[in-house]
Amino acid sequence: MDFAALNEHLGGVLKSEAFRDNNRVIVPANRLEELMSHLKHVGGFDFLSDVTCVDYLEYPGATDRFGVVYVLVNTATRERLIVKTFVNDPAPKLPSMYSLWKTADWTEREVYDLFGIHFTGHPNLQRILCPPEFESHALRKDYPLKGRGERHNFPVITRAES
Amino acid sequence: MAIATPAGAAGSSSPFVNPQKGLPDNVFLTTLNAASSWARKNSLWPMPFATACCGIELMATASSRHDLARFGAEVMRFSPRQCDLMIVAGRVAMKMMPVLQRIWLQMPEPKWCISMGACACTGGVFDTYAVVQGVDRFIPVDLYVPGCPPRPEQLIAGIMQIQELVQRTGTMQGTEFQYRNRPTGPAPFDADEIIRIREGQLQLTPLELPVSLKQAQTPTLTQATP
Repeated sequence: MDFAALNEHLGGVLKSEAFRDNNRVIVPANRLEELMSHLKHVGGFDFLSDVTCVDYLEYPGATDRFGVVYVLVNTATRERLIVKTFVNDPAPKLPSMYSLWKTADWTEREVYDLFGIHFTGHPNLQRILCPPEFESHALRKDYPLKGRGERHNFPVITRAES
Repeated sequence: MAIATPAGAAGSSSPFVNPQKGLPDNVFLTTLNAASSWARKNSLWPMPFATACCGIELMATASSRHDLARFGAEVMRFSPRQCDLMIVAGRVAMKMMPVLQRIWLQMPEPKWCISMGACACTGGVFDTYAVVQGVDRFIPVDLYVPGCPPRPEQLIAGIMQIQELVQRTGTMQGTEFQYRNRPTGPAPFDADEIIRIREGQLQLTPLELPVSLKQAQTPTLTQATP
């Protein structure tokens, strides 16, 4: 993927990073949809391998709260590209990639479940791992490791009533 | 005497007559409770609630080398309605606890429960929001088998102790359970858990001063500035 041409197409809002064979493109959240659509239809990235998220709360030098990471694969050339964008509290929100890649269905639900990022346009944005009555988002850094009593919120069954 | 004795065996010196009780051979006196418990303890049908690596040891216990069939407990049933011994082997997650409780309630009485391994007993190393810290907080447990995971010999020792328990306390009608109407495990909520719940409530509803307090505050500030 030619980064200079891509950046020119988006009007110079992109930043790029590289580590070994890992190429990253950093995009502002409001231009994400445009970039992804271009990468799919022009760049040939036909597979969205993963969507994940990082909580940068209290991370040294971080300016934004959440970094959402998309891993794209071009199955013809075996090229990989990582697209990263940042969102912030309150109510972090991103456009859903479901219309471009169907794999975004479950991966975006996972990010929503564990980090509480809303994907607008997602057809079925429900919790995927935690039970539906769970109220918090478990992988946020301000959520305590031992939880807030969710693990022990059950009726106690004694011998006489069982 | 109603039972026919072989010819030549009549008399008190006969080997076919129990010399202690004066009963013929193959006849013994016992209570119904003891007889039913004897039958039950030698035909325990386990419900393998295996959720983690303890389940592998449970399978090893049932297989040929350790051979749980020697104790009459080899018939693993995957329907709770056919079981009378629940073996909770492995960690129980927050989403699995309602399932465990439902399976326990579906098992017909009399029934017993073994909590196998560190995770089922106390949560083990998984002290996180998603893992129940001991199944005995929510279902009655008769016997704990420690270990991470326990060896098959340990589980066999546990099953032998359950057999002893069945023989000692079992009744024909299963009436020994109805008086145990108090939970025997630890309290479901630890003190630090309650503190974390309160912190969470404070965080979810951000602290905002009531209007009356705000109005009371502003004049004092203006008075203080000059």
